[in-house]
Amino acid sequence: MQALFGQLLVGLINGSFYALLSLGLAIIFGLLNVVNFAHGAQYMMGAFAAWMAATYLGIGYFWALLLVPAAMGLVGVAVERLLLRRLYGLDNLYGLLLTFGLTLIAEGLFHQAYGNSGSTYPVPAALRGGVNLGFMYLPIYRAWVVVVSVVVCTASWFVIERTKLGAYLRAGTENPRLLQAFGVNVPLMFTITYGFGVALAAFAGVMAAPVYQVTPLMGSSLIMVVFAVVVIGGMGSIAGSIFTGLGIGLVEGLTRYLYPEASSVVVFVVMALVLLVRPAGLFGRQR
Amino acid sequence: MSRIPRVACCLAALLAAPTLAADKVSDGVVKIGVLTDMTGYYSDLAGPGSVLAARMAVEDFGGKVLGKPIQLVSADHQLKADVASNTARKWFDQEQVDVIADLVSSSTAGAVMPVAAEKKRITLLSGPGTTAFTGEKCTAYNVHWTYNNWALANGTGREVVRQGGDTWFFVTADYIFGRSLEEDTSKVVKAAGGKVLGFARHPSPGTTDFSSYLLQAQSSGAKIVGLANAGADTVNCIKQANEFGVTPKQSLAGLLVFITDVHSLGLDTAKGMYLTTAFYWDLNDDTRKWSQRFFEKHKKMPTMVQAGVYSSIMHYLKAVQAAGTDDADAVMAKMKATPVNDFFAKNARIGPDGLLRHDMYLARVKAPGASKKPWDYYEIVKTIPAAEAFPTVEQQACPLAKK
Amino acid sequence: MSAPALRRLAWAAMVLLGLAAPYLVYPVFAMNVLCLALFASAFNLLLGYAGLLSFGHAAFLGAAAYVTGITLRTWGLPTELGVLAGTAVATLLGLVFGALAIRRSGIYFAMITLGFAQLVYFLVVQLPWTGGEDGLQGIPRGKALGLLALDGPVTTYYFVYVAFLAGFWLIQRAIHSPFGHVLRAIRENEPRALSLGYDVAHYKLLAFVLSAALSGLAGSLKAVVLQFASLSDVHWHRSGEVVLMTLLGGMGTVLGPSVGALLVVTLENYLADVGSWVTVITGAVFVACVLAFRRGIVGEVRALVRRSFIGGKP
Repeated sequence: MQALFGQLLVGLINGSFYALLSLGLAIIFGLLNVVNFAHGAQYMMGAFAAWMAATYLGIGYFWALLLVPAAMGLVGVAVERLLLRRLYGLDNLYGLLLTFGLTLIAEGLFHQAYGNSGSTYPVPAALRGGVNLGFMYLPIYRAWVVVVSVVVCTASWFVIERTKLGAYLRAGTENPRLLQAFGVNVPLMFTITYGFGVALAAFAGVMAAPVYQVTPLMGSSLIMVVFAVVVIGGMGSIAGSIFTGLGIGLVEGLTRYLYPEASSVVVFVVMALVLLVRPAGLFGRQR
Repeated sequence: MSRIPRVACCLAALLAAPTLAADKVSDGVVKIGVLTDMTGYYSDLAGPGSVLAARMAVEDFGGKVLGKPIQLVSADHQLKADVASNTARKWFDQEQVDVIADLVSSSTAGAVMPVAAEKKRITLLSGPGTTAFTGEKCTAYNVHWTYNNWALANGTGREVVRQGGDTWFFVTADYIFGRSLEEDTSKVVKAAGGKVLGFARHPSPGTTDFSSYLLQAQSSGAKIVGLANAGADTVNCIKQANEFGVTPKQSLAGLLVFITDVHSLGLDTAKGMYLTTAFYWDLNDDTRKWSQRFFEKHKKMPTMVQAGVYSSIMHYLKAVQAAGTDDADAVMAKMKATPVNDFFAKNARIGPDGLLRHDMYLARVKAPGASKKPWDYYEIVKTIPAAEAFPTVEQQACPLAKK
Repeated sequence: MSAPALRRLAWAAMVLLGLAAPYLVYPVFAMNVLCLALFASAFNLLLGYAGLLSFGHAAFLGAAAYVTGITLRTWGLPTELGVLAGTAVATLLGLVFGALAIRRSGIYFAMITLGFAQLVYFLVVQLPWTGGEDGLQGIPRGKALGLLALDGPVTTYYFVYVAFLAGFWLIQRAIHSPFGHVLRAIRENEPRALSLGYDVAHYKLLAFVLSAALSGLAGSLKAVVLQFASLSDVHWHRSGEVVLMTLLGGMGTVLGPSVGALLVVTLENYLADVGSWVTVITGAVFVACVLAFRRGIVGEVRALVRRSFIGGKP
C-alpha cells in the first residue's frame, strides 16, 4: 500500500510536466493548427537557458522562472514571424515538418556546444529538503512542481475561458476569417499565441532543470509521451490536455506498481484503446 | 592456466612472427582508426578525448614506424551498430585502416569485431564492457584493453560486501548490458556472503525520472543501492537518489561510473559512492604526468577509456616495430608475447583470449571537504590485483584459447 | 521530346545506373541506398499519393528487420523465407495500426502513427529476443533460392537490386492503376471521393498496408545486407529521415524518393566525421525544403522540363 501511494504521487509529479507541455501544444494547435514538434526542444532550451543564466550571469532560479520563459517567448515570436507564417494556407502538415527540422537544428547545436552528458542545475536553496509523509519521503521541490504547474494550468485555463483575449482566441480557433472580419488583428494573435506556447514549454524546462539532468535530448524523450497524451485528450482541448496529462501520470504510476515492465508502453496502449472507442480523443470533438 | 600452453603459445608466436614478417608495411602507411561516440551519451568519457589520446600516442611514438608514416583517422559511430559496422567496412575496404581503437559501447564493438576478424584487422577495445568479447565472442584479432563487466561486478560487488555493505538492491537498465551487469554482480554479492533484496528495472534509453525506482530501493532497506546502468541513466539516478534522501542513509554503488560523470554531478551529489575503475589520474607520478599533458590539451582529466586508448595504441605501435611488419597475425603475436608496462598498466599481459589482465581499483567518491584540488575526486580504497580483477582464461570459454 | 519518352529515358538511365552501381561505388553503400530508396518509395505511396503523413514508418522497417534477423539467425531458415517472414509481419502490423490510424486524418494521423511506432520501439528495447541495445548481430546472409551464395558484396547487391526493382515496379503499378487514381482523388478532395461512392476508408487502409508491406521488404533486405538489425531502425529518427528523403527528392513523384534517399545517405556518409553538425545540417535541409522547395528536386526538375521543353501549362 505504501509503495502504491508512493508511485501514484510520483506519477502525479510526472503528470504535472505532461500537463504543462500538452497545454502549450494544445493552445498552439487550437489556434494555429500547427503541431509544434519543436515543443520538446523548446522545453530543453528553457532548461539550458536557466542553466546558462545561472552559470554565466549568476541569475538565480526564481528570476530564471520569469526571465527564461519571457526570452524564449520572444524566440517563439521570431520563429512564428519569420518561418511559420510562410506556411499558413498550406497543408498543416508542413508546420509539423518545419518544427521537426527546427528540433533537429536545436538539438544538434546544443549537442555540439555542450556534449551529451549534461549539466547539473542545483535545487534552489529555499526549496531544498523534504517531508516524510509516512509512505514516502517527498522532496519539497517536487511538491512545488505539482503546485506551480496546477496553478499555471488553471490560470491559463482561466485566461482562455473567462477573459476577452481568451474569447478572441477561442473564436479564432473556430473561425479565424470571421474574427478578422470583426477587425481583430488575427496575425498578431497567432504570433502571441505561439510565443505564449513556447514560453510555457520553456517554463516547464526551467522547472525540470533542477530535477533532471540538463541535456540536449531531454526534450525528445518526453515529447513523445506528451504527443500521445495530446492524442488521448483530444487535440485542441485546453482542459482536456490538462486533465489527461495528470491522468496519464497517475496511470503510469499505477502501472509501475502493478507491472513495472509495461510502464513505458502503457501510455501508447491507452492511446490505442482510446482511439478504438473514441477516435476524437477523450475530450475532443470529431471534426 | 597451466604453464605448457602458455609457453607453447609464446614459442609458436616467436616462430610464426619472423616467417610472416616479410619486413613490410602494407600500403606504405600504418593507419589507425579511432571509432567512437563523438556526440552521444559517451562522447565525454570517450569521444574527442579518445581521439586526442590516440594522437598523443602517435606523436609520442615519433609519427613514424619502420620508416613509414603513421596516420590517424577518426569517425563518429553515433552509438549505432549499423553506422559502426559500415564505417569499419569502409575503412578496411577502401582506406587501408590497420587497426581500430576505442569502440565505446558494446553494441558497436560487437558489430565491428566480426568484420575486423573477417578482414584480418585488429580491434583494440577500450570503451565497451561486454565480458563475452574475450569469451564466446572472442576473435583472434581482438584485444580487450581497459575493463569488462566481470571486473566491474567483481570489483565493486565483492569489495563493497567486504567493506560491510552486505545487503543490496539493484536499479537496473532493462536491456542486455544492464541485466547482465545486475546478474553478475548479484552472484558476486551472494558468493561474498551478502544478500540481494530485490531489483527495479527501468526502460533505457529514455527514462529521465528514476524516482519510482528509487522509492522501491528505499523501501527495501538495503544498505547498498547498486546502479546497473550507464551514462545519463546513472547520472540521473545519483542525482535523484540525493534528492529523495536515499543517500546518505543508503550508499550507492555505481557499477559503471566514469570520472566525467562524477565531474558533471559534482562531489556534493556523488559523495560516498563506490565504484571500480581501471585508471585514475592521481594514482602515482606516471599517471599524473601523462594526465597533466592530456589535461592541458583537453581541459578535462582523462577517463579510464581515454587512458586505455593511448596505452593500447602505444603497445600496438611497439609491436609493429618489433615485428618488423604491420601484418595483423605477426603484430597480434608480438602484442600477446610482450608484457604491457606503462602508466596505465604494470606488468600486464594479454591472454590467449585477447583480454589484457591488469590491476583495477576500488574507489570511493570524496566528500567536497576532502577534495584538495580540481579533479581530486576519488579515494582509492583498494587495489585489486590483476589475478583477482579479471576472469581467468578457463572462466572465459573463448574457443580460441582452448586449443 | 514528349513526356512519356522522357519518362522512359529516365527509367532506362536508372536501370543502367543500378546495374553498374557496384562497380562504380562501394557495394555496401549502394545496397544501403537501394534499401532506403525502396523504403522512401513505399512511404511516398502513402504521403505523395494518398496524402497521409505517417510519422511512424520506422516501425515497419525495423520490425521486419528484426523478424528477418530472428528467422535467419535463430531458426536458420533460408534467406528468401526470412525476407518473406519480415515482410509478412510488417504487413500485419500495417493492417492493425492502419485500421486504427485511418480513423483520423492529417495531423492526428501523423501523431497516432508516431505513438504506435514508439510502442514498437519500446517493445523491441525490452523483449528478450531482440538483443536490446546490442541489436541482432551476425545475421547470416545464406543463399538466394538455395543456390546462389550471398557471400560476396556484388552477388548480394544484385539480389537486393532485383528485390528493389520488384518492389519499385509494384509501387509504380499501384500509382498508375485505377487504385492510384482513387487515392489521388481522396487526397485532393475526400468528401467528393466519398460522395462518388468510393469506400474511402477501404482505399486508405489498402494504401497503408501496401506501404507498410514494402517498407517491411526494405527492412528485411537491409537486415540481410548489413547483417544486423538495430534499434536505430525502429527509432523515430528513422521515421523522420524517410520524410526528409521523400520531401527532398519530391513527394508525389515516382523517382523523387529514390533521389532523396541517395542524397540523404550520401550526406550522412560523408559528414559522419563532423559529429552533431550532421543533425544540424539535416534539420536545416528540412527547413529549407519546407519553406522554399516543397516540390523537391525531381518535382522542380519536372516543372522546369515541362516549362522549357513542352511549353504547356505547368
